Parts: sequence; C-alpha cells; structure tokens
Amino acid sequence: MAKKEYAFYPGCSSQLKASASNYLVSTNSMCTALDIKLTEIPDWNCCGASIGYCEGGELPRIAINARNFAQAETHLPGQDIVATCAACWLGARESKERLDASAVLMKETNEALAAAGLHYKGEVEVRHMVEVLIEDFGYDGLKAPMKKSLEGLKIAGYVGCQTNRPFGIDGESFENPMYLDKMVETLGGEALSKYEQKVTCCGGALAFSEPEKSQKQIRDIVESAYDHGAEMIVTPCPLCQANVEVYQSEINKKQGTKFNMPVVYYSQLMTVAYGGSAKDAALDGQLIRAEKLEKIAGK
Amino acid sequence: MTTTNTNAIERYRNNFLKEVEANVEEGHMVKMCMQCGVCAGSCPLGPAWQHSPQKIFMMIRAGKRDEVLGSDSMFMCTSCYNCMVRCPRQLPITHIMHGLANYAHRLGLAPKGQPTREFATLFWNNLAKKGRVNELMLTLQHYFRGGLVSGIREAMAMQSIGLGMFKAKRINPMEIFGGHGVKDLKGFHAIIAKAKEIEDRKKGFTA
Repeated sequence: MAKKEYAFYPGCSSQLKASASNYLVSTNSMCTALDIKLTEIPDWNCCGASIGYCEGGELPRIAINARNFAQAETHLPGQDIVATCAACWLGARESKERLDASAVLMKETNEALAAAGLHYKGEVEVRHMVEVLIEDFGYDGLKAPMKKSLEGLKIAGYVGCQTNRPFGIDGESFENPMYLDKMVETLGGEALSKYEQKVTCCGGALAFSEPEKSQKQIRDIVESAYDHGAEMIVTPCPLCQANVEVYQSEINKKQGTKFNMPVVYYSQLMTVAYGGSAKDAALDGQLIRAEKLEKIAGK
Repeated sequence: MTTTNTNAIERYRNNFLKEVEANVEEGHMVKMCMQCGVCAGSCPLGPAWQHSPQKIFMMIRAGKRDEVLGSDSMFMCTSCYNCMVRCPRQLPITHIMHGLANYAHRLGLAPKGQPTREFATLFWNNLAKKGRVNELMLTLQHYFRGGLVSGIREAMAMQSIGLGMFKAKRINPMEIFGGHGVKDLKGFHAIIAKAKEIEDRKKGFTA
C-alpha cells in the first residue's frame, strides 16, 4: 500500500497533449518516488477558472465544483482532493468555503446536483499539491528519496498569484512566501531568495485578451530573474508557467530583448533530484529547453 | 435596453447600492469600503483602469449606475487577488469585481467589444460545452473572433508558438474534432442549467 493516497484533480491543462501535460507527467513521476497514490476523481470537470466569471454566475460555478466534490466523496471516501493547478485549487476551495459558510447556497447547489442524480454532503477537503508536500511530508521528507543534488543550479522561485493568494500555504506571507525557495534548497539548488518578482501577476487570462498588458508583466518577471543571475525560473502554477515561458519569443520580437529563460515546475526539479530521466520529468515538454536540468538528469 | 435592466431600474429607483447588495456576488460588502486606496495601488493593471476599485465602490454609493455598469474596469481584473489580501477592511474585492462584471454583462450594459469580456464569455461557453476546456478551440475561436481575415493574420503571427507547443506535446490538433470532455455530459449540462435557473430567478434575470 502506498504511503499516502489522494483524490487527484488534475484539471483541464494537465491532460495528455494539453498545455501543462509536462506538469502532469512530472507530477506522476514525483509521486511515484514519494510513494503517493493519486487516483483521479472519476469523470471530473473544469473548475470554471477565475475568467469564467463573466458568463458563468456564482451558483453555476459553485455547482460544477460541487459535482467534483460529490464524485470524490462517493468514489474516494476519506481522501483529500489534491489539485496541481492553481486555478483548480482556488476555484474548488473557494466553492468549498462558500458552501461551508452558507446553508442556502448548499441547498441550491444540491438542487442543481440533483438534476444529475448527485448529492454533496459537505465533507471534502481541498488542497494544493504543494500543501501536501510541505504539510504531509515536510522538507525532510522531501529530501528522503533524493538521488542527485541540483547543486550549482541558480533558480528564481516564481510563486505567482493563485497558489499564494487569497489562501496561500499555511504559515507563509502573501508578500514574500518562502516555500518555493526552501524546496529548491532542499533539493540542493541555489534559491535566489532576493528575486523581487516572486509574487507578481503574469496577467493570467489577459495574456490572450490583452497581450500588451500581460507581456509587460511577463517582461518584468523574466528580466528580474536575469538580473539576479537565474539560470531558470521555477513555478507551481500552470498558467504562470505557460505565460512566462511561451511569450518570451513574442516579447523578443516586439521589444528587441533576448530572453531565453527556461521556466519549469517544482515537480520537474523534484523528479530529476529523485533520479528520474529527462523524459520522466517531461523536460521534452519545454518550449525553452532547461539544458542545465537535462544535464543533471542525464548524469 | 433589456427587460431585466428596465425592471431593475424600476425596482431599485435611486438606490444603486441596494441593487448591488441584492444582485452582485459579495455585493453586501461594498459598504465596508473606507476609501483608503490600497486596492488601487496594488493592482498590476492599475494604470489601465478607467476607475480603480476604490472609485467603483464610491461610485456605487453615489448611485452612479450607468457609469459603474458601463465601466471597462472590472474587465481589467487578472484575478491576482492582490487587492483582496491587502484590503484592511477585508472586502473580497476580486469577487466583487467579478460579480459586477457578471451583472453588467448579463444586463447588456458592459462595454461592447471589450476584449476580456469577449474572451471570458468564450472561455465559459467552451468549458460548458464538454465539461472540460478545449484549449485548441479556445485559441482558434479567440483568434478568429473578428472574422476570417484578421483571424488568419493573428494565427499566422503566433504560428511559431503553436508549432513549439505541438512539438512539446502541449497542444493537440485533433482537438478540433472534439477533444477532452466529461462522460456524463447530459448530467453536467443539467447541473449548469438548473443552477442558472435558480440564480436567474433570484436575481430577476429574464431569458
């Protein structure tokens, strides 16, 4: 039996051939090394994300999240729901807290769920993978399966918004959370803890609708990483990863910069430190190759 | 003007704050604002806003209904939650902004052609169709929102990124034929329809 079991909520971007498939592959490798058993919530659906606000009202958004809760409660009783995506975690946890706080909302939500023959009792816990790693395993526990050190790698920990606000990781501050830096140090890397764009917004969904405004944010995030001597950026959020990595070429084209900064997930760093190959860590899923990490993986 | 809008004007007359409290997500917290301006200074898109959250909240109390519901400000929200965690009065500012945007959009008063309003609508309709986001269709529908010619131009400008995503196995051209989705689609649609019906009834939205 696995050491820990969770009801896994991967989210739309963490599916095969979706924009964060590298997050999914590396999460699976990392969990194997930590002896974590992830079981997908049967037939899970999208959380609505923040940007769903305009067309999807409050109750429809809460109801679709409650559909996932009902599925988890019924099929994976007693297991905490664990999301890897920041938006999934936020959407689900926000829904859970509103349902916990309001009997009216709970009643209306169950009225909606009944249309599909489902019912939510109100028993789930919603957590982010980073919470699981830090709270259930601890930094020492994360060190245990290590086979390689990320020694010499200079890494800027870009926490971003939604894994940090409004819920965040217990005991961390909103303005200067330290957990990503501590994870990097645990793995033997050099955390650039003075990196000042750590909690800057990448623009989120506005990367699509208002590219100039979003790319201004991304430019600051990447530029500061260079200023601090970073060799790569690490992040826990799939939208941060995609926005900050993918649009560097656009910024180069429009603004004459020469950005080529790899942006990886913590799960990719951990997979490599745990002895996984570049393929296990899905390093072939980067648009900007993380060559220094590939080199350690190949050793 | 939509019937819902006429009804709302009729019902709340000169009390826009009351209308917001009754119909906007977390709207009951608006009156807690003490006008300190921390939200305005914390927003990453601060310079792009027509009105900061601080101004929006005062405008609501001053009964500036048309100006608030026609503002582009709510659509500048990136959902970064910076304003919300810093607010000394603990207003759920991000949620109120989303709620105001939703209300203005449903009443037909939100600015027409506002790009984030359009993208946000596209996003919800995309996920509601199959229960999971079809990223390829979302991207294509976004590029081609202004018609074929501008669509081809936008898509061509982004083709190297698209190719990179394809090589990295992070986008699937086959999604054009369907892609990921939930199995119990009928149940999923029934939940959304029922939830919408309940909410619309409470907020006085007519079809």
